[in-house]
Amino acid sequence: MAFEDQRTTVYKLDPAHPGSETLPTLRSEELLLNMGPQHPATHGVLKVILELEGERLVKSTPVLGFLHRGVEKLAEDGTYHQFIPHTDRLDYVCAMYNNFAYCRAVEKLMNITLPDRAEYLRTIVAEVQRIIGHQFWLGTQALDIGAMTVFFYCFRDREILMDWFDELCGARLTTSWYRIGGVERDFTASLLDKLKQFLDYFPPKIDEYVIFLEKNRIWVGRTKGVAIISAEDAVSFGLSGPTLRGSGVDYDLRKAEPYSAYPKCEFSVPLGKNGDTYDRYWIRVQELYESVKIIRQCLEQMQEGPIMADVPSVTLPPKQRVFTNLESMIQQFKLFSQGFDAPPGEIYCGTEAHKGELGFYIVSTGGGKPYRLKIRAPSFIHMGAFDHMSRGYMISDAVTIFGTYDIVMGECDR
Amino acid sequence: MSLKELANRLQEDFATGLIKAVEWRGELAVTVMRDRLHEVAQFLHNDPAMDFDYIVHVSSVDWPDDEERFEVVYEFYSIRKRHRIRLKTRVPESDCIVDSLTDLWKGADFMEREVYDMMGIRFRNHPDLRRILLPDDYTEGYPLRKDFPLRGKGWRDTFEFLDETAR
Repeated sequence: MAFEDQRTTVYKLDPAHPGSETLPTLRSEELLLNMGPQHPATHGVLKVILELEGERLVKSTPVLGFLHRGVEKLAEDGTYHQFIPHTDRLDYVCAMYNNFAYCRAVEKLMNITLPDRAEYLRTIVAEVQRIIGHQFWLGTQALDIGAMTVFFYCFRDREILMDWFDELCGARLTTSWYRIGGVERDFTASLLDKLKQFLDYFPPKIDEYVIFLEKNRIWVGRTKGVAIISAEDAVSFGLSGPTLRGSGVDYDLRKAEPYSAYPKCEFSVPLGKNGDTYDRYWIRVQELYESVKIIRQCLEQMQEGPIMADVPSVTLPPKQRVFTNLESMIQQFKLFSQGFDAPPGEIYCGTEAHKGELGFYIVSTGGGKPYRLKIRAPSFIHMGAFDHMSRGYMISDAVTIFGTYDIVMGECDR
Repeated sequence: MSLKELANRLQEDFATGLIKAVEWRGELAVTVMRDRLHEVAQFLHNDPAMDFDYIVHVSSVDWPDDEERFEVVYEFYSIRKRHRIRLKTRVPESDCIVDSLTDLWKGADFMEREVYDMMGIRFRNHPDLRRILLPDDYTEGYPLRKDFPLRGKGWRDTFEFLDETAR
């Protein structure tokens, strides 16, 4: 039976027609894929338009702003004190460090120096916050890549510190514990005890995390050599924190422009070599050990003393006095409703948060409210390098690359 | 290099372009003429004694009462030399455009886009000048300008809400 499939007829070579041996070419084009804004691995609401060639990323365009709340505009409406709770909502995973960065900026504007004890308290809590931030990062980054176990271990230990924060200031996430010119309250004996216990408990746990990850071939395969950025590019993009130090650039504001109690502590700044995801992971783990070291030293060196600078025109009176003393109550009321009179001028003050350089640029024209307040958010600037860092990698690596910045959209979109 | 030396060096090289240099709270802020901005920035970036390789932030301030209404603010840092400088320039509202510095610092891309989005200042030669935090089709203006109302433009009042208490 002479049955001929139609396809065979089309592709059959016919010597009578010389052109007929060329087969029809297959059409190839790039695939456009929307990732997010409701993807669990984007850590919030981030959308990225990925241009794919097969499974390779050709170009990626981040679409930001799903969490934009106009914090910078809000700042212009409130007094300097009133902005502190807003900073909690920037990087909502690490509120303490945002409070810290903001209060430092205002103190620089007002030219206030703090008593020693306040500086130590601040440094201790900031480092506890760094531990929490890195634990959170380590757990979620590993979870994104597929290593689930370490997530539970990190969150188990993070919970201890979260409870510690709860006892310190009454909140787990939106802390608002820092005040302009000092801190809200001192440590109690129970807090000190718990912190010391944690410092003994924690370092062996870090070793545990490391074992879970570094013995995991899949995890190592998905982080080593992924999202490499050279030192030159990292600096040019304005990356900061572990993302910059992963490429071997020695830039840590705690060392470069020492502040608070950091100059009195001995600690090292770990640096990476290859600038890949694995190096950035390694730096963060090393920083956990360093943070423990810093807290230990601070606890040893800390002496009794006031926890608030004595500048009545700017700093708040102690809470006990507010309830018993009329003048203090009036002072508290005036500071919160009218604010203090800031000198006209402008300052920029950067602080090394665990994600990178968190800076506040404040323009003052006098009076109780900032004229303009600009937040230099590391997550936003890191997203600027996303396209550069993701080109040529596989689509599944996109998740690794978000993770390696330690991105939090509350801070990115402000 | 101290801040004073830095300012003097700039003064020597850009006698005509420099408007003023202010030192306050240990920070140096230099205001330059708009058409010399790129040139000065290039000098800061390339000169081995300056070596400002790190861009910290790009920002903008609105001064509605001034003739040149907007101020664009750049902050640079040198990781090797450990000094910082703030570079500022003024733009009038009628001709709201400055040269982009994306060719010198790659990070300026997103930062300048944010300034455009929030303040409406455009950047010449910017590779991809679109809104970044607000949606692309947002037409209500630039929110960080002082004439943009803080509490919205009143469109919320045009909605009819059901009065639950009236029932």
